[in-house]
Amino acid sequence: MSLTKAERNIILSMWGKISTQADAIGTQALERLFASYPQTKTYFPHFDLHPGSAHLRTHGAKVVAALGDAIKSIDNISGALAKLSELHAYVLRVDPVNFKLLSHCLLVTVASHFPADFTADAHTAWDKFLSIVSCILTEKYR
Amino acid sequence: MVHFTAEEKAAITSLWGKVNVEDAGGEALGRLLVVYPWTQRFFDSFGNLSSTSAIMGNPKVKSHGKKVLTSFGDAIKNLDNLKGTFAKLSELHCDKLHVDPENFKLLGNVLVIILASHFGKEFTPDVQAVWQKLVAGVATALGHKYH
Repeated sequence: MSLTKAERNIILSMWGKISTQADAIGTQALERLFASYPQTKTYFPHFDLHPGSAHLRTHGAKVVAALGDAIKSIDNISGALAKLSELHAYVLRVDPVNFKLLSHCLLVTVASHFPADFTADAHTAWDKFLSIVSCILTEKYR
Repeated sequence: MVHFTAEEKAAITSLWGKVNVEDAGGEALGRLLVVYPWTQRFFDSFGNLSSTSAIMGNPKVKSHGKKVLTSFGDAIKNLDNLKGTFAKLSELHCDKLHVDPENFKLLGNVLVIILASHFGKEFTPDVQAVWQKLVAGVATALGHKYH
C-alpha cells in the first residue's frame, strides 16, 4: 500500500495547518488514547498522564514532530523513520495493535480540529498514511 | 456485558439528540466505502461506487446509511440490553448477509470520526471514550449470534 500523488498532496497541504497546532494535536491525541483505551497507559508507568500534564504535552509534541518528519520525506517514509522503527522494535516493543488505536485517535483529533478539510478523500489519505507509518514502525519487530 | 453509568447514558443521549440521522448515516456508510474500499464487496447492487463523489452522492448509500444509523438509535434507547436489541440483526448479518464482524468495528470508528468532525471541541476525550464503549458494545452485540 502506498500513497497516490493526490493523497500526498492532501497530506502536504493539510500539514501546513496542522503543524501550527502540532503540540496541541499530539497532546490531545494521547489524551484520547488513554481515555478510550486505558490499557495503553501500561506503556507509560513513568509518566504523569493527567490531562494537561507536562509529560503528555512533551510526548504529544514528540509524536507529531515525528509524523512531520515522515511528511517532509513523504517519498521515503521508511528512511525518515528508520531510527524510530529500531527504537520501537528493540527498546519500546509496543504491541502492534496499539498503533491502530493511536492512529484512530489522531484521526479523531484532526477531524475535530479541521472538519472542513477532513473530507472523505482526506480521511482516506490520512488513514493510509498512518497505516504506512505504523507498518514501518513495526517492520523490524521480528 | 457492557454497562453504562447514568452519566455515560446522558452523554450519549444528549449528543445523539443533535445528530441528523439521515445525513450522518449517509456520511458514515459513504466514508466506510471510500476509506475501506474492500467493504464495497457487500454492496454490488448499489450501482455506481466508482469514485468518492459517486459513493457519497449515491442515493442507495444514503438510504442504507440512514437505515443503519436509525438502528443505532434503537441501541441508544436500549443501552442496558444491546445483545437483546440486536439479536435478530445479528442472525441476519451472519446467516443472510455473511458480513465479517470486523466490519462493525470499522463502521463504529468511522461514526466516531464523523461525530468528532460535527461536534469539534464538544467531542472531548471523555465523550469520545463513552462513544467508543458504545460502538464496541454494538459491534459485539451484532456479532453475538454468529456461529
